[in-house]
Formats: sequence, C-alpha cells, structure tokens
Amino acid sequence: MDLDLSSVEPFRAEVREWLRTHVPAAPLPSLEIEEGFAAHRAWERELYGARLSVVSWPEEYGGRAATPLEWLVFEEEYYAAGAPGRVSQNGINLLAPTLFQHGTPEQLARVLPSMASGEVIWAQAWSEPGAGSDLASLRATATRVDGGWLLNGQKTWSSRAAFADWGFGPFRSDPEAQRHRGLTYLMFPLDAEGITRRPIGRIDGKPAFAELFFDDVFVPDRDVIGEPGAGWKVAMSTTGNERGLTLRSPGRFLAAADRLLDLWRERADPGDTALRDRVADAWIKARAYQLKGYETVSRTDDIGAESSINKIFWSELDVALHETALDLLGPDGELEGDWLEGYVFSLAGPIYAGTNEIQRNVIAERVLGLPRAGR
Amino acid sequence: MKFILDAEQRLFGETLDKILTEADTPSVIRGWAAGVHEPGLALWRSLAETGVLALAVPESAGGAGPLPVELVTAFHELGRHAVPGPYAETVAVATLLDRLGDELERGSEWLEGIAEGRVVASLALPTLPALPAPAQASAPYALDADAADLVLLVDGDALRAAAAGEVRASLDPARRLPSVVAGDVLAAGPSVAAAARVACDMGVLATAAQLVGVGRRLLEVSVDYAKARQQFGRPIGEFQAVKHHLADALVGLEYARPLVHGAAVSYGSPDFGRDVSAAKVAASEAAYAAAKIALQVHGAIGYTDEYDPSLWIRKARALHSAWGSPAAHRARVISSLAGA
Ligand SMILES: Cc1cc2nc3c(=O)[nH]c(=O)nc-3n(C[C@H](O)[C@H](O)[C@H](O)COP(=O)(O)OP(=O)(O)OC[C@H]3O[C@@H](n4cnc5c(N)ncnc54)[C@H](O)[C@@H]3O)c2cc1C
Repeated sequence: MDLDLSSVEPFRAEVREWLRTHVPAAPLPSLEIEEGFAAHRAWERELYGARLSVVSWPEEYGGRAATPLEWLVFEEEYYAAGAPGRVSQNGINLLAPTLFQHGTPEQLARVLPSMASGEVIWAQAWSEPGAGSDLASLRATATRVDGGWLLNGQKTWSSRAAFADWGFGPFRSDPEAQRHRGLTYLMFPLDAEGITRRPIGRIDGKPAFAELFFDDVFVPDRDVIGEPGAGWKVAMSTTGNERGLTLRSPGRFLAAADRLLDLWRERADPGDTALRDRVADAWIKARAYQLKGYETVSRTDDIGAESSINKIFWSELDVALHETALDLLGPDGELEGDWLEGYVFSLAGPIYAGTNEIQRNVIAERVLGLPRAGR
Repeated sequence: MKFILDAEQRLFGETLDKILTEADTPSVIRGWAAGVHEPGLALWRSLAETGVLALAVPESAGGAGPLPVELVTAFHELGRHAVPGPYAETVAVATLLDRLGDELERGSEWLEGIAEGRVVASLALPTLPALPAPAQASAPYALDADAADLVLLVDGDALRAAAAGEVRASLDPARRLPSVVAGDVLAAGPSVAAAARVACDMGVLATAAQLVGVGRRLLEVSVDYAKARQQFGRPIGEFQAVKHHLADALVGLEYARPLVHGAAVSYGSPDFGRDVSAAKVAASEAAYAAAKIALQVHGAIGYTDEYDPSLWIRKARALHSAWGSPAAHRARVISSLAGA
C-alpha cells in the first residue's frame, strides 16, 4: 500500500501550468443563467483546445486516455485553480459513460467530439412530474413509426435544459409493459419540432432547470441508445457513474475545504471552538473523500452499489461545508456571492442523482444484504 | 500508486481474524475484566508469534518494524475481536524506547522482549504530548498496568519508571485503569519530549485502527441481527428506519478506513501527526455512531452485560475519548493546517 503519486506528477504539472495561465481571473457569471451558460460554453471550448475537457476519454474523441488516477489528479488541480464549473457535466458524466457501454460506433463518432468541445451541451431528461425517485413509473412514451419513434409526454427538472442543445432519457416504448420493462433510451435535439421548453426558477430564482413537453416529436432510429425495450438497463449504466466519484469529484471538495480554511483564518473568532470543529470536519472529510478516491481507483473489482456510499458522503459534506462558511460569514452569509451560490447548489445534492434516502435503501439492500420490504 | 492492502497484508489480517475467532475473545474479555489475566496473556503470546508485537519494534532491536500499514491491519482485527490488553500502549512504548535508543540502559532488552511477546508494556501520559496544549486530554492512568511487565510514565520532559496503583473501572470492562505510582527517572530532556510525541501518535494511530475494527464488528452483528430478529411478522431489517441506521453506520466506517490507511502511509512524513489526528476523529465518530446504532437495532438485549456485542458497544465509547478526544484531535488538525 502506498500513496506514491510521482508517476502522475508530470501530468499534474502540465495541467497546473495550463490552468495557471488560462483560468479567468474573475469568476464567470453563474452557469445557471443564460449569459453564464454562454460564457461557460466558451470556456469548455478553451479546455477542449488544450485537450483538457475530457481527459479520461480515448484520444479519438478529444481526450487523452488518462487513467482514473490521472483523472482524479486533473480534478484536484482543476478545482484548486478555481476554474469554472462544468456546463458540460451532465453529458460528460451521465451520457458519455452510457454511450461508451451501449452506443454504436456511429453514435460515438457523432456525439462525443461535439460534447467534448462544448459545441453541443446535453441535458438529462429522466424525471417526470409523476416519476422522481420511482423512475420506473415514468409515463412519457415513444411510439414506433416508420424509421423511428414519436415522443409524447412530459419530462421535468432537466438541468440547464432551457439553454442546452440536446437531451437524453428513457421513454415507455411498450405501453403494455410494466415498470422497468418496455423502456427505450433516446437522444433528441431540444429545439426539435414538437418540444416546448419552460424554464423553472430554482430556489434562488435562477432558471437552473426546465420542464420539457413532447408533442409527437420524431426521433430517428439512429438516436436510440442500446436495444429498444432495454432502456432501464441502459439508464442504469449511467447511475453507477453518477453516484461514484465522477459527478462530484474529490478535488472539488478539497478545494472548497481549503477556501473554508482561508475564510476561517480571515474571519474566525479563535475562541469559537464549535465553528473550529466544523471547519476541521470539513477538511477531514474532504481528505477522506480524496483518499477514498485513491482507494477506489486502486481496486480492480466493480464497486457496484457501493457508489451509493459516495453519493451520500459528498452531498452531505457539501451542505455541511457551505453551512459552515455561511456561519463564518455571520450576517454577511445571506449576501450574494460565491459562498452563497455554492450553498444554494449544495442544498440540491441530497436530492438529485437519486435522493439520499434512496441511496440508503440501496446500501442496506445491495451492500449490506438486508431484506427488501414486502411489497 | 496502489492505495489498498496488498495480498500479503490482506492475508495477515485474515490470519489474525482466524486466530482471534478461535480464541473466543468474549470469554477472554470477561476473565480479563475480573482480573484473571492468564487467558489474555496467552492470547498475547500467540499474537506475538504472528509478529503483531514486533511491528513497532525496529529490526535492529529484534523486531520487524516499523511497519505502520501492517500495524493498522493488525489493530483493525484486534478491534474487530475486542481483544483485551495494552496493545496500543505497548506499541507506543516500543516507539518511545526505539526513539530514545541508547539513552535508556535497558532499552534494547525491553524492545526485544516486546517484539517476542515476553514484555507486556503500558504507559501513562498525563498529557498527550502530540496535542496542542489547551486541547489535550489527561489520562493519569496506565491501561492494564496491573498485568504489565513494564510500566512507564511520561512526566513532562522526564521518562519515569512507574508501578500500578489502585485500579479504576472503565465503562469497557476489558479496560482496567490503574493509577500510576511514579518511580525513578530513566531519561530526561528534549529527546524524551520528542520521542513521546511520536510514541503518542503511534498509540493514536493504533487506537484509530482498533476503533474502525470495533465499528465494523458492531455493524456485522447488527446486520445479522436485523436479518434474524422478527417483529410484526417480518425481519426488522425490512423496516426502513432500521435500514437507514445501518447504512449510515457503513458510510461512516467506509470513510474512516482510508484516513487510517492514509495516516499509516504518511508515517515519517511531516504530515503524520495531522493525518493521525484526522484518522482518530473519523474513527472515533464512526465507531461510536456504529455503537449507538448497534444498541438501538438490538433493542433491550443489546443493553445487557451478558450479551457479547455489548462488550464492543462499551469499548467504542471508551476508545472514543482514549488517546485524545475527537475535539482534541480536531484542534490538532486545525493548528497544523492553520500554518499551512
Ligand atoms: C438541482 C436539481 C437538478 C436536477 N437535475 C435533473 C436533471 O438534469 N434531469 C432529471 O431527469 N432530473 C433532475 N433532477 C430531479 C431529481 O432526479 C429528482 O428530484 C429526484 O430523483 C427525486 O425525485 P422527486 O423530486 O420527484 O422527489 P420524490 O421522489 O417525490 O421524493 C420526495 C421525498 O420522498 C422520499 N422518498 C421517495 N421514495 C422513497 C423511498 N422508496 N424510500 C424512502 N424515501 C423515499 C425522497 O427521498 C424525498 O425525500 C434534479 C433535481 C434537482 C433538485
């Protein structure tokens, strides 16, 4: 057992140097508003130019075939440098892994490079008004027609779909089939004829997500991912990634914990040991997540349902860390600024990507082997 | 980089698990608690045969160490089986003796005895030398000194011989806490203080590993119990409230382990002390949370002296504050980061 990172130091040094000279001096406007979305898209293009937007992908799609360890190191450097949030995150983290597993060569060649460059930004369209945690109860339909499918129904809570270019998600293609059966996973342009987008203001009013209404939207066969009817299995290949390390990497929390320490040095009353303890905990937990990441990439077995453990940990850490920052800021804690933006964002962590209650069910049943509740 | 135990380290842990399972530690603990030390000392000697007591003793003194990763692997199993005895204290004494080298007349003789399992050692640290002054906890006892062959007392800059005084009882029946009667000064000066700091960190590291093992065992028995115990015509493990408790226990333990391993790997680096403290905070909190959950999931049976898991429940609380409370270690983490 060791923590010898010397083999990745040259890569780390290259990434650090590039970021030092390229990260915008002033933070970009929030990526949850139109202006910020555009600025972040331009930043994706710049990253792509340096082949740093998708380091872990194969070279042919714009990556550099970085190892999982190099990817962790990239993320550490990225967030330590204060680089912008990733507007392409849902494509890169949620769709690309699915395509690598289930996509055709044609789909990979068509979709991935423009995703890597930020030219096409992807929105996840899974949730529906009646299907949140219980995704398998989804009702939006895909009906077979000549050469493709017609989509009807409604999706909701689709992050940044008001500004994004394409969407992806499961639709019910067999009206007779129940729950996990008879679903098909599809991609579609968000400006397709028959799609109506309605932005929804999140808790601070920013139009961070949108509802999507589908009215006979035609999708050609080439935009089906995996086998028709196998949509559940295809969708689930995304969730493992989402709940593992990729969606919110350790580097992000290490950087936030370091900023929290700075704030502590600037603002703290040294006698306030309760706050001091919370700052210490934030740092300790961020470090724990970093080491857990190193442990995970050292393993050769599939982490499977254990990814749910990570999802709970990082989302709760994020809330605690930002709450601590607001408490350190005292009366300034309610003022607009980076910490507040981070706090508002953190509040959604225990809800999206599978709520933490659902994750606890998964851990109990699939990691600890407790009996499923009688239905 | 490979930040997981290698095959040999895993095998070492499995071997210890096997020995300790066969040793029926609950009956050893109950004997130890009543002052019947022999079965516990016999277990000490058989663990010494596997090399456990040699891990903190350098090769030059007849040991195999220092091997911090193997050390935390061993202590994880000691915790999983709630083995009674001053193991962490003996590790700390070995580190202390090693650091002081020739300054101590009988140092190498003791070290050799520790490595071979002939010398059971204990240590009183009335202040924890590694921790920032206002936060340090005091423990004017030497664990199991009444069963030890060598008892030392770190008294500021002085290292003294000591003898066991009156035994106080702990919440954990396996922890007998004699006060110490100070004897001759064996060494004094800044080298003692420096050696005591590292020795303290090794004791903290061993305790953190032990805590994770204690928590693991509590989770294991609680999951088994939740599958077996029926109420309302179904196993209680079907109830979501029970499931979520157990899932939370797992999350805490899963994130304590990498910190313990990380601290072991950073032995000898300037970050060792900070990393050890971070590990102790996480391990204390995770094991103690697992203990409270285990108690709740078991219901009344878990609250009985007679039911074996309650030995682990009590140990988790005792070790939570032994070798520095979480608050003391948080203060240490912050003070080491604040300068950075
Ligand atoms: C900021 C944000 C961004 C999002 N982005 C996207 C996106 O891009 N694309 C997309 O498709 N969706 C997105 N979502 C939606 C998200 O996936 C859902 O909110 C989530 O799956 C929960 O569904 P729900 O909101 O309908 O809550 P519900 O499922 O109605 O849950 C409500 C409460 O009941 C609990 N609950 C439900 N079932 C159980 C159970 N079996 N056991 C215990 N407790 C249970 C939940 O844990 C929760 O606390 C986003 C959500 C947020 C907040």
